Amino acid sequence: MSRFTLEELREIMRSSAGVDEGVDLDSDIGDLEFDELGYDSLAVLEFASIVQRRYGVPIPDDIVTESGTPAKAVHFINTQIEKAGV
Amino acid sequence: MPASVRTTGTVVTGIGVVAPTGLGVEAHWQAVLAGKSGISRISRFDPSPYPVKLAGQVPGFVAKEHVPGRLIPQTDHWTHLGLAAAQAALDDARVVPAELPEYEMAVVTAGSSGGTEFGQHEMERLYQNGPSWVGAYQSIAWFYAATTGQVSIRHGMRGSCGVVCNEQAGGIDAVGQARRLLRSDASLVVSGGTDASLCPYGLVAQLATGRLSSSEDPDRAYLPFDVDAAGYLPGEGGAILIMERAEAARGRGVGGGYGSILGYAAGFDPPPDSTRPPVLRRTIERAIADAGLTPADVDVVFADAAGDREADLAEAAAITAVFGAKAVPVTAPKTLTGRLYGGGGSLDVATALLALREGVIPFTAGPSRLAPGIDIDLVLGQPRSTPLRAALVLARGYGGFNAALVLGRGMDD
Repeated sequence: MSRFTLEELREIMRSSAGVDEGVDLDSDIGDLEFDELGYDSLAVLEFASIVQRRYGVPIPDDIVTESGTPAKAVHFINTQIEKAGV
Repeated sequence: MPASVRTTGTVVTGIGVVAPTGLGVEAHWQAVLAGKSGISRISRFDPSPYPVKLAGQVPGFVAKEHVPGRLIPQTDHWTHLGLAAAQAALDDARVVPAELPEYEMAVVTAGSSGGTEFGQHEMERLYQNGPSWVGAYQSIAWFYAATTGQVSIRHGMRGSCGVVCNEQAGGIDAVGQARRLLRSDASLVVSGGTDASLCPYGLVAQLATGRLSSSEDPDRAYLPFDVDAAGYLPGEGGAILIMERAEAARGRGVGGGYGSILGYAAGFDPPPDSTRPPVLRRTIERAIADAGLTPADVDVVFADAAGDREADLAEAAAITAVFGAKAVPVTAPKTLTGRLYGGGGSLDVATALLALREGVIPFTAGPSRLAPGIDIDLVLGQPRSTPLRAALVLARGYGGFNAALVLGRGMDD
């Protein structure tokens, strides 16, 4: 069962890093790279820090950059949540 | 530097105003002519526990109408104001940055507080929740150079960039630095500045100087040169200026713009216990000499107008020493906005350029009876129409900074 959703990722991105003009976060963004969505390393760092606080699971700084896309980030975060058994 | 470069001059081709007197050049100028004040009770936070309750606040500024969505949560209110003013100034100058060489466009702004409101919010998260709650953007949003950096990134300006942090003198020194860059390898500089430190943390930092007015009467709180002067009010906002080499501006078909930078000088006061005199007089003389003019060529002085008895006397003494008693009209439209720190000098530059263009000296709203010993022709009551060729703008930053700028009227060429 997926605990962390793409919808939640959208909400965090919107409130923490804002949205670039010309980007529709509500569209099918799962496989687009964070770069293409206008998010730099600082945006990704902020995102990781919020997820870490909300779920109490470790999200290494480089994870989302390595994950590259929202879909991969959602998958990684859910794996972490399952591992932590929370 | 080669004489041929030097003699071509520096012009201001675009102005963006985001100030308590209004958004935009025209709104600001009309408010200044009408003496319409932007001073009111502080509404950005509840000022009741603090000794200063009045300030100049930018009316009707909605960040999302002026700032890209991505940048709003990443930057402080002061940078929002700077980004809005920079865009307005570029539009005003009819500059499309993408069409110009990226390494020839530079950005030099003034900022004396950095992102205090943003920083306060993050500090609250730190002491209320813990270190992991401090946002990643604190690392860039508080920083004095944030406005310069964000303007540079947003508009693809990769020339020499910098920030001047010396309180109220910064808005003039940023213009001086921009002129320096235009004499080397820059062909366009985004200059000027904004500041916005109207949050509890920012206000308390300002209180430390002991120079702010605690009056609660908006019409009597900031009365520079007046017998009842009792400090100044703070404000937010400022002006961003687009500066270019005169020949480049002519090449783009925008002529002499609003006017030219004729002369500039900066100085630093001796320590308070020194027997040496303050440097303002010499700074004025050096700026006028740098312009290749004499005091008789200057038609109006935009004063620093500290609103502090001693500082007012010192400024009046410097003006009188250079020009003679009541020999040149002096004005301080900043009583309508409060002192804007990094944004103050550049807003005065904008106002002075508009005054030169229109041949009108705005009046100083507020003061009515000059303090004993202040022997200047302060323009009071109503604007004064008179042909203007050159204006002197003065600014002093807390701690000893002095800056003077001589501006010339734009030529229709």
